[in-house]
Amino acid sequence: MSDAVSTAKDFSNAPLCLSGRDVTKVFGLGDKKTVAVDHVNFDFHEGEFVSIVGESGSGKTTLSKMLLGLLPQTEGEILFQGKTRDISTHAKKKEYWKGIQAIFQDPFSSFNTFNKIDTVLLDCINMRGGRNLPKEKKIEMMTEACSFVNLKFAELTNKYPFELSGGQMQRLMIARIFLLKPKILLADEPTSMVDACSRATILDMLLQLRDEIGMTVIFITHDIGLAYYISDTVYIMEHGKFVEFGKADEVIINPKAAYTKRLISDVPKIHEEWDLSTV
Amino acid sequence: MKNTLRQVFHSPKFVIGFCIFVAILLTMLIYPLFNPGNPLEMIGVGTFAPPGTYVSLYDAIGTNTETLRLSDADDNRIAKALSNEDRVAMVEWFTAMGIDVSELDINDTDALLDLWNENYDESAKPAGMTLAKRKYYKRLNNSLVSLRAADERIIAEKNDEGELEKVDSINKTDYVNIKDVANVKTLPLGTDNFGRDVLKELVSACGTSIKIGLIAGAVATLIGLVLGLLAGYLGGFADDLIMFVTNIFTVIPSFILLILISNSIGQEQRGATVVALVIGLTSWTWTTRSVRSQVISLRNRDHVNLSKLSGHSLVRIVLTDILPYIASYVVMAFILQVSSGILSEAQLSLLGLGPKTTEVPTLGLMMNWAMLYSAHTNGSWWAYFPVILVITLISFSLNLMNTGLDQVFNPTLRD
Repeated sequence: MSDAVSTAKDFSNAPLCLSGRDVTKVFGLGDKKTVAVDHVNFDFHEGEFVSIVGESGSGKTTLSKMLLGLLPQTEGEILFQGKTRDISTHAKKKEYWKGIQAIFQDPFSSFNTFNKIDTVLLDCINMRGGRNLPKEKKIEMMTEACSFVNLKFAELTNKYPFELSGGQMQRLMIARIFLLKPKILLADEPTSMVDACSRATILDMLLQLRDEIGMTVIFITHDIGLAYYISDTVYIMEHGKFVEFGKADEVIINPKAAYTKRLISDVPKIHEEWDLSTV
Repeated sequence: MKNTLRQVFHSPKFVIGFCIFVAILLTMLIYPLFNPGNPLEMIGVGTFAPPGTYVSLYDAIGTNTETLRLSDADDNRIAKALSNEDRVAMVEWFTAMGIDVSELDINDTDALLDLWNENYDESAKPAGMTLAKRKYYKRLNNSLVSLRAADERIIAEKNDEGELEKVDSINKTDYVNIKDVANVKTLPLGTDNFGRDVLKELVSACGTSIKIGLIAGAVATLIGLVLGLLAGYLGGFADDLIMFVTNIFTVIPSFILLILISNSIGQEQRGATVVALVIGLTSWTWTTRSVRSQVISLRNRDHVNLSKLSGHSLVRIVLTDILPYIASYVVMAFILQVSSGILSEAQLSLLGLGPKTTEVPTLGLMMNWAMLYSAHTNGSWWAYFPVILVITLISFSLNLMNTGLDQVFNPTLRD
């Protein structure tokens, strides 16, 4: 995975996958109004690994929910593959969700505790139109997806998600994505609640998804070091606005915005004294 | 699921409540097998026969007798024949005659009679005593003498000439075995104002009241659940509309609404089921409010978002991703609704607005009858006290089960 940065490509000519024009989200009215996302513009290209970095409360999760179509935007438009996104009916939403999927931050609350793991994976096969496939074929697909994330389907069948560890659950989430094969994967801090070992494995799997299936990965994180390490493009978000974006190397090595500089200085370095004055 | 059930049955509160409730249910099912028939059948002609075993006097006379010579039979007979008023009157006589009664215990029949036999003088005329009173003492004395003197009672029938002729006699020492008497009826809780067997009526009333509670609880929980789920999950205009209606119903005191509706339906149309439905239709508001708030806290959870992203329909998300998470809460709400449904029926019936009185007894109706016929003022405790006890036991057991469940499902309440 360490070669992610060195192979960073120029995506400016790649086809557009997801774009936003003046996307805004306002919660509340009058005096209690909170602008969570403030007129942001972005262009995510096919096969690009994009990181959206910002501290908590900067509007990352609100933006991700709007991108997923779980939350309507107050203003602006979101374009999917160059066309204005239409998710007005349930059928259209369902079609849109075949193209965009997500991994959430907390693996422990991401699964319905009353559904077995088989149900979770079968849902994905059904969504991809595999409802009428023979049972053996379905099991084969689920086994393949599990082995992609280093899990054994035979050990998981008939178990409930809460019987797994946090890292295993997050990997199961990736197995779900492997079965669904969406155009875009939105990973909302997928590594912040798992241990360091699992984190490396999960990041590796995300890169693999991008490389093997050509998925666009939108990686939402508060950790700019991590973003630098794995992404092609970085968007820095502060108070609902993108203050800086560009190729990961350029943004991190030559930060222009003060906020970016602060984020970089907040990353602890093992061999240097950590400057806490900016924290 | 199995684990949850095991936890539930390890909660002492739930188990106690459950056992009481099951005992009541079993009694309801088993008792009618031993004592079948219409619970509203009027077996007694007078009102409020006290609890006890009733032996047919007519049958007892014709039954084979055994002779038993019991030394205390006379004393017992006199003690039973002397009512409390008689005893007090005897003391009044002594006082009027100037005899010291400071040491006398009026419940000590022997001492009382000894003193009476020593001092009663038919010809004495204590100062200020009316003739009527003196005659009363004479009658009292005669009855005491005859109780001691006569050895037998004569049974006479009219012969062909119309004269009374002795056909049989009953000695003081004649006893019949209660098993040999053709008609013996035990009424553990006596009879009510209409001469009905209270225990039989109570068992039947208990069943009807639980049925009313279950119907009312089911209706209230169902309405509350559906409205709460819709308001909580859909949000926006649907939420505003549903909460507007709910708030209106919350503001109107539901008991007054209940009284008005029951009154306008009219006595003839008010069967047990109708009353249960009316109770259910007026008590759903707090279930709606609490289900709504539970759903609001659930609807933005990741697993619900994931379910949406999997393309599931609204109905499926509500049924599989929201409902299971609030199921334990709904069960608890249902139990409370059943309990309050039973109490509401009792309250309504006590006001005379319960189910019509001719079809089935309910706990509330029994209380209503006891109150209308002044059971509480004439000391007929058996007509209302067992009813109160049963209502209390049912509500207590249901509430205990609810608390037990609450402790299992809400870890912060665990001991």
